[in-house]
Amino acid sequence: MGILEVNNITIKFGGVTALNSFQMDLTKGEIFALIGPNGAGKTTVFNIISGVYKPTKGKILFNERDITGMKPDRVTSLGIARTFQNIRLFKDLSVLDNVLIGNHVHIKSNFLEATFRMLKYNKEEKAMRNKSIYLLERMGLAQYKNEKASSLPYGKQRKLEIARALATDPELLLLDEPAAGMNQKESDDLARFIKELRDEFNLSIFMIEHHMQVVMGISKHIFVLDYGILIAQGGPREIQNDQKVIEAYLGVESDA
Amino acid sequence: MKKNRIVSLTIISILLVIVLLILANNILNPFYLRTLALCAVYTIVGLSLNLVIGFTGLFSLGQAGFMAIGAYTTSLLTMSLAAKQANFFVAPLISPLNKIVWPFFPALIAGGLLAAFAAFLIGTPALRLNGDYLAISTLGFSEIIRIVLTNIQRLTNGALGLIEIPTTANVWWTFGAMGVTLVILQLLINSSYGRALKAIREDEKAAEAMGINLYKHKILSFCISAFFAGIGGGLLASLLGSIDPLQFRFLLTFNILLIVVLGGMGSLTGTVLSAFAVTIGTEALRFLDGPIIPNVPALPGLRMVVFAALLMISILLFRSGIMGTKEFNWDGLLGFLKRKPLSKRGE
Amino acid sequence: MSSQMFFQQLVNGISLGSLYALIAIGYTMIYGILRLINFAHGDIFMMAIYFAFFGILTFGIPPYVCFALVIVLTGLLGMTVEAIAYKPIREAPKITILISAIGVSFFLENLATVIFGGRPRTFPEIAFFARNLNFLGVYIQSLTFMIPVITGILLFLMLYLINHTKSGMAMRAISKDQETAKLMGVNVNRIVSITFGIGSILAGVAGIMWGLKYPSILPLMGVMPGLKAFTAAVIGGIGNIKGAVMGGFLLGIAEIMLVAFFPTLTGYRDALAFILLLLVLLFKPTGLMGEAITEKM
Repeated sequence: MGILEVNNITIKFGGVTALNSFQMDLTKGEIFALIGPNGAGKTTVFNIISGVYKPTKGKILFNERDITGMKPDRVTSLGIARTFQNIRLFKDLSVLDNVLIGNHVHIKSNFLEATFRMLKYNKEEKAMRNKSIYLLERMGLAQYKNEKASSLPYGKQRKLEIARALATDPELLLLDEPAAGMNQKESDDLARFIKELRDEFNLSIFMIEHHMQVVMGISKHIFVLDYGILIAQGGPREIQNDQKVIEAYLGVESDA
Repeated sequence: MKKNRIVSLTIISILLVIVLLILANNILNPFYLRTLALCAVYTIVGLSLNLVIGFTGLFSLGQAGFMAIGAYTTSLLTMSLAAKQANFFVAPLISPLNKIVWPFFPALIAGGLLAAFAAFLIGTPALRLNGDYLAISTLGFSEIIRIVLTNIQRLTNGALGLIEIPTTANVWWTFGAMGVTLVILQLLINSSYGRALKAIREDEKAAEAMGINLYKHKILSFCISAFFAGIGGGLLASLLGSIDPLQFRFLLTFNILLIVVLGGMGSLTGTVLSAFAVTIGTEALRFLDGPIIPNVPALPGLRMVVFAALLMISILLFRSGIMGTKEFNWDGLLGFLKRKPLSKRGE
Repeated sequence: MSSQMFFQQLVNGISLGSLYALIAIGYTMIYGILRLINFAHGDIFMMAIYFAFFGILTFGIPPYVCFALVIVLTGLLGMTVEAIAYKPIREAPKITILISAIGVSFFLENLATVIFGGRPRTFPEIAFFARNLNFLGVYIQSLTFMIPVITGILLFLMLYLINHTKSGMAMRAISKDQETAKLMGVNVNRIVSITFGIGSILAGVAGIMWGLKYPSILPLMGVMPGLKAFTAAVIGGIGNIKGAVMGGFLLGIAEIMLVAFFPTLTGYRDALAFILLLLVLLFKPTGLMGEAITEKM
């Protein structure tokens, strides 16, 4: 069952074509990966899906609904959440507040009901709190709930970003380099963790990643991007042996 | 601290304030009393500006314009028919304003609502702009409002301004309004919507990615802010008894900005403290504009030089103002009094 | 209106526009390299006028010498403001720097009030500039012609500076990407200082010519011209010098024409600049000649 269809997306920035006729289909409940050398256009794909950029040509369909050009907040309300390559937490706010904010997208009370603490809002707020605390516990961050987000160590900040994204109740989770800066053990733990999250929260996951162990370990299907073009796609084994992929990362061999 | 203790302490302090106000009413001369009431008015407007700048991160320089709308609306609605006749001797006041007189409270609310509506019209285009440009646009709008008010003789009496405005406002009205404003803003900021505003302040694009509609929330903050600024303007007009467009030029916005920056952008408590300090200081330092040393001629403008220097020092050295982003709470006060270091967790 | 009157107003408009243009160049250069609206720029312009006034009348310095001195002094004033109020907080969030700029502006305005007094003064008249020339049947002050000419010369010099000197290249580099410029060996502090100096010098020249043309001097006289010059810079495309000049002329001519053709709307002449500013910001924020900046996510 298809959850996301990226149909022939082309995007140009001035004279540069960042993505050229990029085509991709994701099925529900699986883990997909997007790999490629730096500057290949991977984060641009995320940005187009999440609504930050509008493609020059092509369409995005989420659960068969055309979301091309929708603004990011709308896309999130429909069920796509993301994390950022450079971690964009709400630095001065508490860990708990960061996650609570993720809940706001689905709030039903208006600002008057919220300000004057009407019963309807109080119930919603309680539910949001419970859910947020649960997410923090799940990520192992509950003891930091009143700390400033910026005071957390790097690895925990990455987890907080994931917790925040999960708070928006997504169906599709976009992870931008979740294993960045992690050592062997940490990335193994993360890989396992992503699978658990997928199962517990009924997610489909699409991640950009450079740690090949993580990618090959848990992905069902991998897309390889180079210079804005999809040069290969397939399961882990196929990709590992694909000549074009090897060339893209290492360059063409200099001796015969 | 136990919840019961917090509630009792809060109630006691409110009663204390009321008692102090009763005392003040009976002891202080009218000038000091008016200064006290002015403190409350500037607190309200300072809080309104802090909502947009400190909590939502929008650099708006339009408060003077919104205050003007509130001031003129409240005045024109509450002035007696005789006063209106007397004021508008150059060109008669347009109908139906020249025939109606409203009680104070509805007129005040009307001023706030009109200001909020103006904010909606202004904000819808302007809030699409980033920091510097938003500042300049809101400043531009504020000036346009002032220039228009100076020129539409038949509605505002133009540059002549309005006198004989009923002076209904006093310490009770102003402190009462201040209390209500504080409570409402505190409730808003601690709600989910308040968190959304803070998220916008921290990182607008990330907030959008988390599903927060930027326009809706920015305009919300902007309009609520204008509403309270309008109320402040109405109270100001009623307190002073007379207004003119020149009162609402950029200097006024600057004073409010000073209050917000000094108190800490992002702290309601800080705004209260600095509003009182600046308002009282403005009056107390008036002597700087007059002869200080005998036989040395007066130096008008020295007071503002001092204030501008204060703003500069505050922004260059104490970036976060008096309170930073911290709010008052009883535990904090207790800790401060006992000179214990505040716990690292929580605020 | 007769064609003679129209011509006279047109010339006035071009003259006023030139003054706006000169001040606008300062705004646009500073915004270009620091992304900062230098609120104090209009007040630096005001200080120049007072410097000139006191130089000639109180200290009796011969006018042309005085003008030279004033220009240098104004440049130094601009550089001092930068060093004290902007440099220490260059890394701080934008709001902080903007507030500092507003603070400087207020400080200068009130300092001028304190030192020079709040009552209006009259700028001395210099015969050479006050001479009336007969042009196409209309009597116009020679100054009115000289202003655009001087502005044109300065514009030419500025463009040469920006496009054909090392410092100019450094300025352009910083305006594109400050970090990289630093890494490439550009002394950012020095270039920023120079930019402020040059912008202020231009404001100084504008001030002197303004004082000669509109002799009434007040401490707050820099506020409106400053805001209008900023509007001109935005209209032309902030960061673009040619745009700033074009914006200046547009605004000056529009303002004079408004007063000439709709005398009943004279009270709104200041509002015109704001309305134009808002229209540009809302419909073409990059201005007529500017370029869009996209944020990298």
